[in-house]
Amino acid sequence: MEKFEIFTGVGVPLRRSNVDTDQIIPAVYLKRITKTGFEDALFSAWRNDPEFVLNQEPYKAGQVLVAGPDFGTGSSREHAVWALRDYGFKAVFSSKFADIFRGNSGKQGLVAGEISEEDTEKLWAALEANPGAEITVNLIEQTATIGELSVHFDIDEYTKWRLLEGLDDIGLTLRDEQAITDFEAKRPAWMPKTLPAKH
Amino acid sequence: MTNKPLTLAEKVWNDHLVVKGKDGSPDLLYIDLHLVHEVTSPQAFDGLRLAGRPVRRTDLTIATEDHNTPTWDIDKPIADPVSRTQIEALRHNAAEFGVRIHSLGDAEQGIVHVVGPQLGLTMPGLTVVCGDSHTSTHGAFGALAMGIGTSEVEHVLATQTLPLKPFKTMAINVEGTLRPGVTAKDIILAVIAKIGTGGGQGYVLEYRGSAIRALSMEARMTICNMSIEAGARAGMVAPDQITYDYLEGRPHAPIGADWDAAVAYWNTLPTDEGAKFDTEVFLDANTLDPFVTWGTNPGQGVSLNENVPNPDDISDPNEKAAALRALEYMDLKAGTPMKEIAVNTVFLGSCTNSRIEDLRAAAAIIEGQKKAEGVRFMVVPGSARVRLQAEAEGLDKIFKDFGAEWRFAGCSMCLGMNPDQLAPGERAASTSNRNFEGRQGKGARTHLVSPLVAAATAIRGTLSSPADLLEQNAGAN
Ligand code: SF4
Repeated sequence: MEKFEIFTGVGVPLRRSNVDTDQIIPAVYLKRITKTGFEDALFSAWRNDPEFVLNQEPYKAGQVLVAGPDFGTGSSREHAVWALRDYGFKAVFSSKFADIFRGNSGKQGLVAGEISEEDTEKLWAALEANPGAEITVNLIEQTATIGELSVHFDIDEYTKWRLLEGLDDIGLTLRDEQAITDFEAKRPAWMPKTLPAKH
Repeated sequence: MTNKPLTLAEKVWNDHLVVKGKDGSPDLLYIDLHLVHEVTSPQAFDGLRLAGRPVRRTDLTIATEDHNTPTWDIDKPIADPVSRTQIEALRHNAAEFGVRIHSLGDAEQGIVHVVGPQLGLTMPGLTVVCGDSHTSTHGAFGALAMGIGTSEVEHVLATQTLPLKPFKTMAINVEGTLRPGVTAKDIILAVIAKIGTGGGQGYVLEYRGSAIRALSMEARMTICNMSIEAGARAGMVAPDQITYDYLEGRPHAPIGADWDAAVAYWNTLPTDEGAKFDTEVFLDANTLDPFVTWGTNPGQGVSLNENVPNPDDISDPNEKAAALRALEYMDLKAGTPMKEIAVNTVFLGSCTNSRIEDLRAAAAIIEGQKKAEGVRFMVVPGSARVRLQAEAEGLDKIFKDFGAEWRFAGCSMCLGMNPDQLAPGERAASTSNRNFEGRQGKGARTHLVSPLVAAATAIRGTLSSPADLLEQNAGAN
């Protein structure tokens, strides 16, 4: 997982609340066997609508999503985060996230920043006034900035630390690599091995 | 350190501690054996690929194909594209990452929980994981064996460890002697009916008592297999001479001085005198009858001699509502004797009951008998090895003469991911472990039974025990 400190990308105003994980990625895509390549699945039902924000030219290259309250509710599928990530999103802002979605985001390097409803409106207005405007997400300072407009976002300390360090669950465990190696050195010789195959 | 008496589960846990969790964070445990199959592994391997990580210990990892494999025409390409893709992905991943794999057609292919023990890879005192909830099966050896999710599969592949939260312990004491015709399956169905499908939540169960000690390894596996149906994290039986006799001489079992060292260690594992369990449950083996389910979860079971229960007699409003719904789905009326329920299909298979002893027990009952008119009897050995052994013993002939379908190994109708499914409204007596709505096919109705009840049911066409056959024969004379 890459370290996240400061990122600048095209902002996308998603004027919808209660965007659940079925809307982020419908269940039909869960049959796939990969962990990537879900960019086509993101908001797939809405993307049939030419009016949908991601179908409009300047927003197509979006990398920072600003959504309404209660983002990521519904089933706990990790695929929702994969789809956002694969499309190119690096950060999502909302005044309220579902807990599981927020947890899954942190594990995949996606910043889920909480902003006030008032600031959501301000960001939406700025992005709509100037389609294709970029947002700078500063994780160290916890700010989202468009030109003169800068808003503060909340993120829990632990997730922030993991994102800044670029640690996924495995990376976190591998910080104890030495302890694992030491443990392995002490395992008795009779413990079973699958390799080499005995027949 | 004081010498506080410990339970079996606590000993295994302590012996695998890599890093002790601080401030409520989980402990990091070493994993001795990682079993892999095609359904829960593709995204785990893909995650490794994405991050450029190797499999840390290919020598502690083994893969087999089971959930999607056909049980007929196994030499033909798999028709269903999703099944085929999953199997091809596993083969590709195993080759790329250097993981040993037993593919369809291989003598060691089969249900992952049958393959591990049969190779002698599952041993006492190990930590065993697999991306499958019935990993609890391996606890029969005194291993701490747990089902895990796909992201944890990736974690174990990459690190050979798993962060785990501590568990509580529950002793399931089963004392006495089983009557003829009553088996391990009946014990575990009775346990789940007693403690409920959520009764084991947060616990590692230890099955104890004279009735458990008297069971064979395969019977112990049947019991541990269904621990998950009581919601438990794992189920265990302390290792003893029966365990050692089963293991000795298996392909991966230690030999010579290694064997002696292993046995010396295994002998230290059983729960210490005076160790305290968080909860204790007692079951009398002497009075147990064959047990079958009437509803749509494994806790909705009764003795075969009883009737379909009346939801009005259930005081808990949630359970009552669940019972009403279950009876509607199952198309059953309260008060109907269980023995009057007719089935379309009998399924002998699944990681609960597809081992050689299960096949022998069922074959002994049907030998020389006639199958009930119109009843389909599917026999699906748990592994290709079990199938070969059964054929060497002539069991296949007994099944075929009886009119049963003698199929190739896999999960098959246990979950119907392959073409082995029930049609809507069809009713089965099944030796598997889950009677959930739609589990064996859309609208399918499942009664969980032991292999003995399955065999007797195939003869009579209605849910029956071997004892009913004796009565029938006596009546005919
Ligand atoms: S036999 Fe059934 S329960 Fe066992 S692993 Fe296969 S699908 Fe799961």
